[in-house]
Amino acid sequence: MKNIKLLLLIPFIGMCLCLPFANKIEPYIFGLPFLLFWIILWMILSSLVLTIVYKLDPENQGGDE
Amino acid sequence: MNIALLIIFAFALIALFLGIRATHGKKMSVNEFAVGNKGFGTLFIFLLIAGEVYTTFTFLGGSGWAYSNGAAAFYVPAYICLAYVLSYWIAPKIWNYSKDHHIISQPEYFASNYKSPILGLVVSFLGAIALIPYIVIQLKGLGIIVSEASYGGISPIMASTIGAIIITIYVTISGIHGSAWTAVLKDIMILGVIVFLGIYIPYHYFGGVQPLFEAVEKIKPESLTLASSGLSISWFVSTIILNAFGFYLLPNSFSVLLSSKSAKALKKNAITLPLYTLLLLFAFFIGFAAIVEIPGLQGAEGDLSLLRLTIQTFDPWIVGVVGAAGLLTALVPASVMLMSASIGLMTGFYKLVKPKATDRQQLFASKIFVFVIILVAFVFTITGGDALAILNIMSYSLITQLVPALLFSFHKNRILNKFGAMIGILTGVGIVLYAAVTSHKLIDFFPNIPHVINDISTGMIAVIINFVVAIVVSFATNHLVAKEKDTIDTLVA
Repeated sequence: MKNIKLLLLIPFIGMCLCLPFANKIEPYIFGLPFLLFWIILWMILSSLVLTIVYKLDPENQGGDE
Repeated sequence: MNIALLIIFAFALIALFLGIRATHGKKMSVNEFAVGNKGFGTLFIFLLIAGEVYTTFTFLGGSGWAYSNGAAAFYVPAYICLAYVLSYWIAPKIWNYSKDHHIISQPEYFASNYKSPILGLVVSFLGAIALIPYIVIQLKGLGIIVSEASYGGISPIMASTIGAIIITIYVTISGIHGSAWTAVLKDIMILGVIVFLGIYIPYHYFGGVQPLFEAVEKIKPESLTLASSGLSISWFVSTIILNAFGFYLLPNSFSVLLSSKSAKALKKNAITLPLYTLLLLFAFFIGFAAIVEIPGLQGAEGDLSLLRLTIQTFDPWIVGVVGAAGLLTALVPASVMLMSASIGLMTGFYKLVKPKATDRQQLFASKIFVFVIILVAFVFTITGGDALAILNIMSYSLITQLVPALLFSFHKNRILNKFGAMIGILTGVGIVLYAAVTSHKLIDFFPNIPHVINDISTGMIAVIINFVVAIVVSFATNHLVAKEKDTIDTLVA
């Protein structure tokens, strides 16, 4: 699990590389135009990815707080 | 005096009181002033970092950009979110190094890491230059907010002046503690106000969020996607990546990072902060609603969209509360910026000139720098005039010139030496300033390049050149550094 931090690349891929495919108005999702929805979605997923990394990161196993 | 102005004043006084009381019972030292003795837990760090996000830029610029530039405004939550993702990796590295080497400021970090006080000096000035436009944005925004929300009862310049005085008082007395305590009040206010406005306005005028966007789509469909040139996808991507790196390089964020009590507190915050940034969505709702409801604001006036719409929609007392929230969103970030820029200059410049200064003298020098910086910012606030977001982007372009030096600072086997780092930074800064002054884009030099490349942000291009220059210079000067080391070694022996 040493390379677990590589997962942090996922939000960059979602937000940047996939952007050309998300740059459209339709379909509306949860009332939001698609582009806005896409960015909001990745903000939520970023938090999720960070949670997973935090849980699996061996550096966090020791209790320093 | 009207009710709105009364409410704004009341909150200004509470903020001042909290800011002054913050250090009650603590003995002030440079360390306490700058980074709260590295003692802030997860919650305060959360509030301070979030404070850096919910600035007047969010309040006016977030809705203002949505109003004037549509979807391009989405770059703001996008880069902030990526900054947090990145911080999980970067922040603990910086924190650990700084703890081991007793570092309390950004210039010290670079000076220590590259063993070059001169680099520290360069970084401290760069920090001040990048932060001053930022402080100006806050003071200007504050002026606009208070003046609008008081129905013109107080002029923008007057409001900016009062704001500048409040910040100066509590920063000189409490340092970062003052900011931490006012941040608590600020976050409660901004949360309440932005969620309330962001939900009420779409429902009140359009009957929901989707109807709001459909109404926008009818009159200005181009505002819901990124343009094919100009503020295009390549602009968006290059800007969010660059700003994500720049976020923690702004001296104020760097200071907050150092004030954390553990590396773990920083990581925990990285998880929750992207969700907190979702609040920006509500600011966008307001900006988009304003496109339909109050069309015709030109240029920088777009920044007024939130306030104008609020005034059109609500009773004066609600306007007062919104104004008060706006005031606080200016005070807190501006105070951290002011503090960190002054500590930066103190550690990078004053300590270089007077290395044996006592703690008391250092604290005194820091406070002198507080006065100098706020004065410069104040003069610019009164005289200069530009839309908030342009200044904001310029700040980032400047500070992100530290990215190559930061990234290589994590590696034990140095690829960059101090000469490379410094010349790289200076080259990058030169390019950013040149581009800002002449407003040249790549296309002026290479007429045939496609838009995709031309739209890449200036800061990003400068960073790439900076990076190459830094590596080349490092290779060319490695023998100098090695020789220096030999001399020192023989001296020590």
